[in-house]
Amino acid sequence: MDKPFFEYLLRLGDSSLILSQRLGEWTGHGPILEEDLALTNTALDLLGQARMWLTLAGEVEGAGRDEDALAYLRDTHEFRNVLLVERDNGNYADTMARQFLFDVWHYFLLQRLEKSADERVAAIAAKAIKEVTYHVRRSSDMVVRLGDGTAESHAKMQAAIDDAWRFTGELFADDAIDLDLASRGIGCELSALRQPWLAHVREVLEEATLTVPDEAAANHLAHRGGRQGRHTEQLGYVLAEMQYLPRAYPGATW
Amino acid sequence: MSKDWPLWEVFIRSQHGLAHKHVGSLHAPDAEMAINHARDVYTRRNEGLSIWVVRASDISASSPGDKDPLFEPSNSKVYRHPTFFPMPEEIKHM
Repeated sequence: MDKPFFEYLLRLGDSSLILSQRLGEWTGHGPILEEDLALTNTALDLLGQARMWLTLAGEVEGAGRDEDALAYLRDTHEFRNVLLVERDNGNYADTMARQFLFDVWHYFLLQRLEKSADERVAAIAAKAIKEVTYHVRRSSDMVVRLGDGTAESHAKMQAAIDDAWRFTGELFADDAIDLDLASRGIGCELSALRQPWLAHVREVLEEATLTVPDEAAANHLAHRGGRQGRHTEQLGYVLAEMQYLPRAYPGATW
Repeated sequence: MSKDWPLWEVFIRSQHGLAHKHVGSLHAPDAEMAINHARDVYTRRNEGLSIWVVRASDISASSPGDKDPLFEPSNSKVYRHPTFFPMPEEIKHM
């Protein structure tokens, strides 16, 4: 088995899966019917992507685990999502800040993976980037609307960005697996995504009349580790809810 | 809500469609968001389509009471209908 490749695919799949699960929590609770639908659409897009990544991960692993086994029968320390996506939904600004910072990163990542030397990775990325292009457009737009809205929405949006910002350092922190996959042309170096990410984020935040937080605020080691399986306490609750049924009735089909 | 989120009417031309058809309405604060919402609500993102949104307040409608004067097709006056010209063979659909 190509262990680093397997790990890399889990990172991609888990980040989409957990964010999708978080967005699903909004169903029926969005601020307005149309937003409710838009969030659910985004959740469904991400779930579809997670399924493709995890199915491929299962194939690469070659141990007979399918997407369901990987999604429902792994525990917290076996998940490889970035910490940003497992954070609580909070208020609408918190959800939009998390979505915006992730979407921009996701977009630039998929743009590179579209050119992956592995054609399966390239194919999934090509499919996903169409959806993510829309996600970026929508979340960027919402950040501008809330930041440049009322005094209260501005304050909430700024607080949400400041709060989520701590978890953005991890998005660009390469480890041995990233470097290995990048050297084989399958993946890419995350550190190379930082400049384009920052340029887009800065442009949107400025248009939203928001302040871009300090770079140093994103670099604390306590706020990274998700991609290596070290999570915040919040992931356990997400998984307990998500995995309850398959754990209670192992082997059931549905 | 009715002030900040006015009603928009949505018209969609599908991938192989010839004309925009009215598909429904939604609330949105401005045109850009109305298009985003229309995409999510009415299109399921089929590619190659076109969306028009227009504020409901910008639409003028004919009154149901004017049905007869506006739409009575004068069927009894055959000379008003251009049906007396033979169509050339080459023209198939007209």
